[in-house]
Amino acid sequence: MPRLQANRLMMPKLDRDTVLADHLAQALNRVAQSRDRQAFATLFDHFAPRIKFFLMRKGSTSEQAEDLVQEAMISLWSKASLYSPEKGSVATWVFTIARNLRIDRLRRERAQLYETLEDFDAEDETASAHDVMARAQEDTAVTKALAQIPEEQRQLLILSYVDDVPQSEIAQRLKIPLGTVKSRMRLGYQRLRKLLEQIS
Amino acid sequence: MNLSHHLDDATLLALASGTIPHAHGIVAAAHVSMCPVCAKALRQAEAIGGGLLGDSGTEPVSDMARAATLASLDGVAPATRKARAKSELPAALDFALGGIALDQIKWKKKAPGVAMYDVPMPKGSTSALKLLSIGPGRAMPEHGHGGEELTLVLKGSYSDHMGTFRAGDVADLDDSIEHTPVADAGETCICLVAVEAPTRFKSVWARVMQPFIGI
Repeated sequence: MPRLQANRLMMPKLDRDTVLADHLAQALNRVAQSRDRQAFATLFDHFAPRIKFFLMRKGSTSEQAEDLVQEAMISLWSKASLYSPEKGSVATWVFTIARNLRIDRLRRERAQLYETLEDFDAEDETASAHDVMARAQEDTAVTKALAQIPEEQRQLLILSYVDDVPQSEIAQRLKIPLGTVKSRMRLGYQRLRKLLEQIS
Repeated sequence: MNLSHHLDDATLLALASGTIPHAHGIVAAAHVSMCPVCAKALRQAEAIGGGLLGDSGTEPVSDMARAATLASLDGVAPATRKARAKSELPAALDFALGGIALDQIKWKKKAPGVAMYDVPMPKGSTSALKLLSIGPGRAMPEHGHGGEELTLVLKGSYSDHMGTFRAGDVADLDDSIEHTPVADAGETCICLVAVEAPTRFKSVWARVMQPFIGI
C-alpha cells in the first residue's frame, strides 16, 4: 500500500500552489471550450497518478485502480463543460468524480445519490466573482490548514477521505468511542472552515 | 428555505468523503437539497477531499493506461445536464423510491394513526430507510435498534424535547439520545428515517444491557 507523503502536508503554502490551481482551471476550460486534447493530457498527467494513489490506499490493486483512473479521466473529458467554478476548485471537482465512480463500483444506486446533489448545486448556488476566486483556492487553503490542526484530528480526516474508512470502523480500529471519533472530526472540520472563511 | 435543525458536521464529513451508510446518505442528501446552509458546508467538506487529493501522494500510471485513455476520447460525447422530472419529494428520496409518489406508498399500519413503509435498499446495505406516517397527536413508533439515526421531516411537523421539527428539518442523533417525537396537531407528519441495520449490533445482550451500563 502506498504511503502518505506526510511531509508534504507540513510544507508551508506556496504561491506555486495557486499558480498550479490556475493552470489546471485553464486546462479544464480549454477542454470544455474546444475539446483540447493537449490540455486534457496536462490534466491527466496531474490527476491520474493522484487518483490512482487514492484508490490504492482504499485497497484497490494497481490494475483495478488504473481502470477506474481511466474511467474518471474520461468522465472529466465528457463532463468538462458541466464544471462550475462556484462549486470549488478543479481538484475538488475531480475528487467528487473519483468518489462517485468508486461508490458506483460498489453500488450503482449510491453514486446517483450524489448526482442528485450535483443538479441542485448547479441550479441554486449564486456566487460573486470574488467568491469564485476564493473557492478556486479552497483546496490549497485546506492543505495549508490541514498542517495546522492537531495530528489526532488530521489522522481521522485522512482515514475518512483517503482510506475510505467509515466512522464506526475508525472507532473500532483505533479503539476509541464513536463519539470521540465524531467530536475530533468536527473539531478538525470547524477549524478548517474557519480558515476557509478567512480567505473568502 | 429557512430551516432550524441541521446535519451534524460529522454527518457532512461522512457524506463528503463517501463513507456514509447508504440510507443515511439519502436522508442527508435530501436535507442538503433543501438547505443552503448545509449545501455550503458540504461544499467546504468536499474541498477537504480536493486538498487531500492534490497533496497526499502519487502512484505512477502506466503508459498503456495513458495511451488507452487518450485513444478513447474521440468516442466520448460531451455530457449534458439531465433534466429531472419535477417531484414533490427531494431528488435523493425520489430516486430511492423509484419515482413513486407519497400518495402511492403502500403503507403498513403499525398502530392507530401510525403507518410505516420500508424503502428498498441495495443488497448488503448496513443501513435501512423507512417512511413513517404519524397522525396528529400520535407518537412515533419504535423504529430503530439504537445506533445512528437520521430523521427528516417531509410533511407536517413533530415536537420532542429538542423542539419542533418542520418540513426540511433534520434530527441527527447518535444512540445516546432518547427521543419520543409526537406529531403536532392539525396535520399528519411524514418523516424519512435512516437507521442502522440490526446486523450492525454485536449481540442481543449488549442491546439489553445498553440502557443500564450506557455502552
